[in-house]
Amino acid sequence: MGDIWEGISAGFWLVVTLDPDLVEITLMSLRVTVTATIVASCVALPFGAWLAIRRFRYRRFVIAVLNAMMGLPPVVVGLIVYLMLSRSGPLGVLGLLFTPTAMIIAQVIIITPLIASIAHQAIRDLWADYHDLLISMSTSKRQRIMTLIWDGRRALLTAALAGFGRAIGEVGAIMIVGGNIDHATRVLTTAIALETGKGDFSLALGLGFVLIALAVTVNVVIHVIGRTEREGKW
Amino acid sequence: MVTSILPVVMTDAVVKRRAKDLLGPVDLTISETGFTIVMGPNGAGKTTLLRSLHGLERLTQGRVQWQTPLKDAHRRQAFVFQTPIMLRRSVLENLTYPLLLRGTKKGLAEALARDWAQRVGLDDVLGNPAPQLSGGEKQKLALARALITQPDIVFLDEPCANLDGRATREIETILQQVNAAGTRIVMATHNIGQAKRLATDVLFLLNGQIAEQSPAHTFFNAPQTPQAAALLRGDIVE
Repeated sequence: MGDIWEGISAGFWLVVTLDPDLVEITLMSLRVTVTATIVASCVALPFGAWLAIRRFRYRRFVIAVLNAMMGLPPVVVGLIVYLMLSRSGPLGVLGLLFTPTAMIIAQVIIITPLIASIAHQAIRDLWADYHDLLISMSTSKRQRIMTLIWDGRRALLTAALAGFGRAIGEVGAIMIVGGNIDHATRVLTTAIALETGKGDFSLALGLGFVLIALAVTVNVVIHVIGRTEREGKW
Repeated sequence: MVTSILPVVMTDAVVKRRAKDLLGPVDLTISETGFTIVMGPNGAGKTTLLRSLHGLERLTQGRVQWQTPLKDAHRRQAFVFQTPIMLRRSVLENLTYPLLLRGTKKGLAEALARDWAQRVGLDDVLGNPAPQLSGGEKQKLALARALITQPDIVFLDEPCANLDGRATREIETILQQVNAAGTRIVMATHNIGQAKRLATDVLFLLNGQIAEQSPAHTFFNAPQTPQAAALLRGDIVE
């Protein structure tokens, strides 16, 4: 119990004093996760919508694979990305290993199936409502996808936030491909893992509380901006 | 001069789903002018006929032929569903949607939308979410959204089925106005009074086939089938 109070106290003081290391780590966490969420959303949302309206031979199989990929083990993703980006790997020439870009790549791979799967389910329901109308209006496939994405934007925002939530709490993959290098690739989760390993539980807990506060704050801000609840009946 | 997409000719059309015959075989020509009412008991194939003409239903056999290429013909027709489908947008955005799809400038689209909203009595609720309108308002919005692109022909599937007398009268007035202005209308209804008020000709369907196709005065005064006569007497027709 003492560790928890010390952790809360440590977290409080870290925030109140705007500890430079905490600020740097937090900003790096946000940079990596927000970038990964945006990139993954750009791929996953149209893909989820396309999958909802398109009928093709192996559609059910693709959906099953997509749903299965939601449970991709981050450590395995990290390992594969590591092998791809290492000097002897096919993308080694890019020199991306142990950079924030490598961490973003790993996170994009982890959260894209999650966002796409949630988006697919949301768009599928909307498509069931809109199907006859959009066909009747002679819309092109692109127009249908754009309409579904726009009108389903609140549900899709939730999908993107689920991706953000998974990414910001992720540690295994980014530890492997980022290396947890101080002032370079250290983020909140890897810093917590490091401090725990060093036995500094109060600082680890303090960072943990900052991480939770950050995740909650981002979710609340996005929901308020997106007016998710106020216009939820649309 | 723009070529009309009409008349539309349906030839030997059959629709089957899960080994059940829903429609046909049907041979039918919808001319360039008039107000066709499609009547018949439940399950007679009224909705399937309208959806097949509009291209929403895939024909198992036969064809529907318009006077212009299919893509052009589809763009110049509209459909109003029995249960109106509302986009999760405001009333104004629902009205501008089909215009923006066709590349109309936003300013012009909004001006036309306001004009149509006024015509159907929705100008006070332009900013409201369309899904939150009443049943009558939704159907008027669906009608205005269908008519705003000035289609050559509009198919309506029992648009007044769930509406009260006032809303029904408002919709009938709009339909008569656009019909008088040259828009071809094909409408399914169970309401004999409505059919008498609006029809120039009647299609009477039974078991997926056209049992009778007559001018309105002939159909209502001297129906050619016992089922149509029974329907007009107010008897139950199955």
